[in-house]
Amino acid sequence: MGIEEKLPSGILLSSVEGVAGYFRKASMWPATFGLACCAIEMMTSGGPRYDTGRFGMEVFRASPRQADLMIVAGRVSNKMAPVLRQVYDQMANPKWVLAMGVCASSGGMFNNYAILQGVDHVVPVDMYLPGCPPRPEMLIDAILKLHTRVQTAKLGSHRVAEIEEQEQAAMAATPTSQMKGLLR
Amino acid sequence: MASLKEQMWDPVAGFGVTFRTMFKKVVTEQYPFDKKPTAPRFHGRHQLNRWPDGLEKCIGCELCAWACPADAIYVQGASNTEDERFSPGERYGSVYQINYLRCILCGLCIEACPTRALTMTNEYELADDNREDLIYEKNDLLAPLLPGMSQPPHPMLLGEEERDYYDGTAARRATAQAVDNLKEERT
Repeated sequence: MGIEEKLPSGILLSSVEGVAGYFRKASMWPATFGLACCAIEMMTSGGPRYDTGRFGMEVFRASPRQADLMIVAGRVSNKMAPVLRQVYDQMANPKWVLAMGVCASSGGMFNNYAILQGVDHVVPVDMYLPGCPPRPEMLIDAILKLHTRVQTAKLGSHRVAEIEEQEQAAMAATPTSQMKGLLR
Repeated sequence: MASLKEQMWDPVAGFGVTFRTMFKKVVTEQYPFDKKPTAPRFHGRHQLNRWPDGLEKCIGCELCAWACPADAIYVQGASNTEDERFSPGERYGSVYQINYLRCILCGLCIEACPTRALTMTNEYELADDNREDLIYEKNDLLAPLLPGMSQPPHPMLLGEEERDYYDGTAARRATAQAVDNLKEERT
């Protein structure tokens, strides 16, 4: 039917979105946001034994402008929350957030007035990673799950429509701060 | 002017570390392609165990929820009836939820469990992209049905009363049944 059948063998076709997703996921640069013990495991993941360099992300950027993945590793205190939001705002689009460990994901065992009950109260989180702290394999697993999301991410007008749809869903959903029970 | 040693020997000595490393075994683990097993007693995802006939071991006592330092476990017990029996004895856990975004995998719940219903597996790939899916319900946590087990609710198959389950009679009967089945298969 289409152009595929007229091509000689050995030529691969793809969509622009597919190629862009492939490039994006293969060269993610994480911003360091190590706040507690999870940061030790995050550093180990970047080291020679677990080596996230195998997935094109060995270099941890200390400056948010050069990073596109923020790994929030550790408990976020209320005093740290505005700093975290500013670092997130300074990152260039497209950007992703990975909440590493239970403290970053939901506050974990620190259910008190000083600790933010999950970084999704201040920034949109793309991947939650349980564990206290998660072992480096768990972090790599979470990063790979995020990679599949990045691979299928949309571009241009599709992306605009997707953002609009997500915005509507987020407006309809109950705010995290009002949730009760285990979801809080 | 630098000495002859500084000019000639020191660069070689510095690169000596690099040179020696070339002959060492690579330490990198090829994680997603070649998964190394964890330590046998690694604290991973929980599991709710079953008796050999398929009845649940959980009795809904909430001791795990009380032991949990992170308030990650929610248990709601209910009474077994003669028509609808999920566990030997009076009570069973009708709602069992573990929030893996709170759970720190410390294992205090396992220590608290009086019937050894709650144990931990070595599974650790838990990451997900929303909070709801990381609250594991009872059907996510229950152990799979092994051969010889049947899905509750059903009456106690390995004893007349709950005492038989807790004093080991049920386990002996289950073993005897399994041995008999094997013998039948082989003859």
